[in-house]
Amino acid sequence: MNMELSRRHFMMGASAGLTGTTLGALGFGGIEAAHAQAIRSFRLAQTKEARTICPYCAVSCGMLVFSAQNKANQGKLEVTHIEGDADHPVNRGTLCPKGAGAIDYVRSETRVKYPMYRKAGANKFERVTWDFAMDRIATLMKDDRDANFIEKNNDGVTVNRWPTMAFLAGSSLTNEGGWVTYKVARGLGMLQIENQARI
Amino acid sequence: MTNSWTDIKNADVVWIMGGNAAEAHPCGFKWVTEAKAERGAKLMVVDPRFTRSAAVADHYSPIRAGTDIAFLSGVVNYLLTNDNIHKEYVRHYTNAAYIVKEAYGFNDGLFTGYDEARRSYDRSSWEYEFGPDGFAVRDMTLENPRCVFQLMKKHFALYTPEVVERVTGAPKDKFLKVAEWVASTANGERAMTIMYALGWTQHSSGAQNIRTAAMIQLLCGNIGVPGGGVNALRGHSNVQGITDIGTLTASTPGYMSLPIDSEPTLESHLAKRTFKPLQANQTSYWQNYRKFYVSFLKSMYGDKATKENEFGYNWQPKLDVAYDCLRMFETLFQGKTNGMICQGFNPLMAIAHTKKSAAGLAKLKFLVSIDPIETDTARFWENHGEFNDVDPAKIQTEVFMLPVTSFAEEEGTITNSSRCINWKWKAADPYFESKSDVQILADLFLRIRALYEKGGKGAEPILNISWDYKDAHDPTPDELLKELNGKALVDLKDAEGKVTRPAGQQLASFGEMRDDGSTDGVQWIYTGVYGPSGNLSMRRDNSDPSGLGVYGNWGFSWPANRRIQYNRASADPQGKPWSDAKKYMYWDGTRWTGPDVPDYVPTIPPERATGPFIMNPEGVSRLWARGMLSDGPFPVHYEPFEAPVTNPLFPKVQGNPAARVFRGDLEVFGDAKEFPIVATTYRLVEHFHYWTKAVHINAVLQPEFFVELSEELAKEKGIKHGGWVRVWSKRGSVKGKAVVTKRLKPLKIDGKTVHQVGMPLNFGFIGEAKKASPINTLTPPVGDANAQTPEFKAFLVDIEPIPAPVA
Repeated sequence: MNMELSRRHFMMGASAGLTGTTLGALGFGGIEAAHAQAIRSFRLAQTKEARTICPYCAVSCGMLVFSAQNKANQGKLEVTHIEGDADHPVNRGTLCPKGAGAIDYVRSETRVKYPMYRKAGANKFERVTWDFAMDRIATLMKDDRDANFIEKNNDGVTVNRWPTMAFLAGSSLTNEGGWVTYKVARGLGMLQIENQARI
Repeated sequence: MTNSWTDIKNADVVWIMGGNAAEAHPCGFKWVTEAKAERGAKLMVVDPRFTRSAAVADHYSPIRAGTDIAFLSGVVNYLLTNDNIHKEYVRHYTNAAYIVKEAYGFNDGLFTGYDEARRSYDRSSWEYEFGPDGFAVRDMTLENPRCVFQLMKKHFALYTPEVVERVTGAPKDKFLKVAEWVASTANGERAMTIMYALGWTQHSSGAQNIRTAAMIQLLCGNIGVPGGGVNALRGHSNVQGITDIGTLTASTPGYMSLPIDSEPTLESHLAKRTFKPLQANQTSYWQNYRKFYVSFLKSMYGDKATKENEFGYNWQPKLDVAYDCLRMFETLFQGKTNGMICQGFNPLMAIAHTKKSAAGLAKLKFLVSIDPIETDTARFWENHGEFNDVDPAKIQTEVFMLPVTSFAEEEGTITNSSRCINWKWKAADPYFESKSDVQILADLFLRIRALYEKGGKGAEPILNISWDYKDAHDPTPDELLKELNGKALVDLKDAEGKVTRPAGQQLASFGEMRDDGSTDGVQWIYTGVYGPSGNLSMRRDNSDPSGLGVYGNWGFSWPANRRIQYNRASADPQGKPWSDAKKYMYWDGTRWTGPDVPDYVPTIPPERATGPFIMNPEGVSRLWARGMLSDGPFPVHYEPFEAPVTNPLFPKVQGNPAARVFRGDLEVFGDAKEFPIVATTYRLVEHFHYWTKAVHINAVLQPEFFVELSEELAKEKGIKHGGWVRVWSKRGSVKGKAVVTKRLKPLKIDGKTVHQVGMPLNFGFIGEAKKASPINTLTPPVGDANAQTPEFKAFLVDIEPIPAPVA
């Protein structure tokens, strides 16, 4: 926490000088400088800052994500701004056109907001509850596993496999998410497990 | 990566081939810029297109897509015939001196042991000779005609600069300049890094591409040194970590293996993998496999895993055949798969031969998409006109889209391409009703387990899974990372009975793991990341006392926080740095020291000649692959499965003889008569795979699919810059705007003019960017003979101008 405070103070102190020189050199007048200053203080004083990692390529750039409470949405913390983490030894504050626009990924128009379900043969998704979706998926999986699970092969060797179920695992989730995925998918006896490493 | 992103600044020569870092990994590429600006490093780029990396290179050579091995083998031949190698490194740190069995041979493009009917090799003749002491026989003078070094000279002699030009289209002078710059680093005073990505892996000889690069680096002594290495620029932010975890068909965490049918007991599995050293005093780290494996089983099954039940070994599924993604989609296509979960995976876009993928998906009973954004796969049943022409009423698949947290709404660790494990902190609340992957998987598991508590087939393996989390529905990343690291289950004692690690305490190193069930730990390579001193992935000390870009206290690099792997090789056999310029790890008279963590116990003196390559039982690296690869102990130029010419070197063996093609796919390959143009695919800097077409700013920056072609081809076909074209292969067609460019040039291949076209892969029919047909509509369903990575980077098409679509 101390480190964070001192860094913030440093940035606040430095900002006046920066706006005076850089923006001035670019031909901006005092209005833009004042605007930038206003945003800066808002960001530092009224948002929560977290250090995260860019979701895209495996340079895995350090990111600072700022978020604020949205009073219109039960006070939920929502992302308001993303920038590169200047302390990160690899990207040193830089982000590419993907990382720099990552806020648009968080609030993408096609972001999935609720569990959605498409019935067999239907031509649309419908919103369902988590409970409905998870119960239905668990039942479908249980029924299929019961019907197709192989305990022993033709030679009588215990093989405990479920050949009819496939799991394509993501390569952008955390290691911890990956481990739970492994534990569950393998634990149920799946062999058809792959991630993007092979493609 | 054997080295790290920040280590690239130590390179004197940077060679980018099979990748385009400036475009696909821009913030990592800055370390190339740093090496150029601060050290005067030279950058060279070899690519079918004059890429953004090429635009800032000191030297560029074109190449025909899919002929990398011919080019790289030409470099190997150049180094050997000019004796431009780091001889002492090669003698002591590679298997150049090892004697190969007399039965080995290579004739007309095939190695000994080939079985044409099975399209596979009996690899027994590709082995070393062994002496009566059980160790492999060597000739340290490198003169025995059957030593690896002499076999190499013979094998690569074919790849002269003239042959390289004839096969790859790279002009001789441009090729020679590359070879000369490579050779300039074969001395221990200068270093070269090789940076590659999917431009090398996505070929039917992908693994051999990378192997040839590794051979070049070993001949130059560029492995284990600062500024060196063979560096894979990996794709997704945590694809390294997820590969480590092993959500791959044949894997178990930490690069261990899933049991197969012929391993009915734990011992039968372990005995095959605990490799004994092939020379005296070698480490052969896989001797510890059993400790790592039993510790993994203890994490998987907890108290239920006992010595009596082989630690639950038989609760794991046994593999009958490897279901790599191509086989997975073959199985799906055959109607043998009923359910599929796609977690952050969009296979309709990502797998070769989209038509087959789409037909396969329609045979599923149910599909679950766990992804923050809607994917094309989740809507595969929906009609999108020419881009996804299906009839929803005929598709009986139940489909679920589950909202999952994005990167900013969760915490946990990510392992970057440099193998560095870093913690990320949660920045925002879950979006709408999103839950984390962990919560979703936990919920699913608990519901299924509850069903099996009431009975069902094969209930035992499920009921024995250890699920000992404080909140069963919400295991925390902290708990899970601890589990990955491992702990002592009882008091661990040394030989004198002194307690070295009390029960319950986290392990500091994988050296503490035991094979008697007294330790757990999911994946040994991560042990130390969360030891008794706490969660080291959270470390954010960005000081770099050596100035070499080591950053040893930033996060935790596996294994053992080692930043450059095989760093023992940065010193000569006596333990002295090869040169002052490349001083890194060295013997100070009592121990190995320097800015990094040494490869093995730091007090093992140089006199014992313990090799740097501790995972190999030889202790040295392998110029000769023994039987480890399915398609040969040395690389060979084979043509891509769709090629514009007959293999100029081995006319009887056109494509990789050990690559797999499924019976039903044989008729979907095109030939050069019908499809004369070579095509390749690639990423754009504005886009990440198939995600960012749903991201507003990226859809604005780069809104639509296009086709890059040369001015010469455009003239021949009557295509105008900005006009519309159709590109088709034997498998389907795509449409887009033409980008007529000087960046692509026709090449002369074996006397024939060959055109190449390039297409970005980032578009589809869901999202904000303009709709396009999936790029893999065009690509062939064949994979690398070893990794089964699809051949996306070299295939055949034709092209024609078409009228613009009606707006």
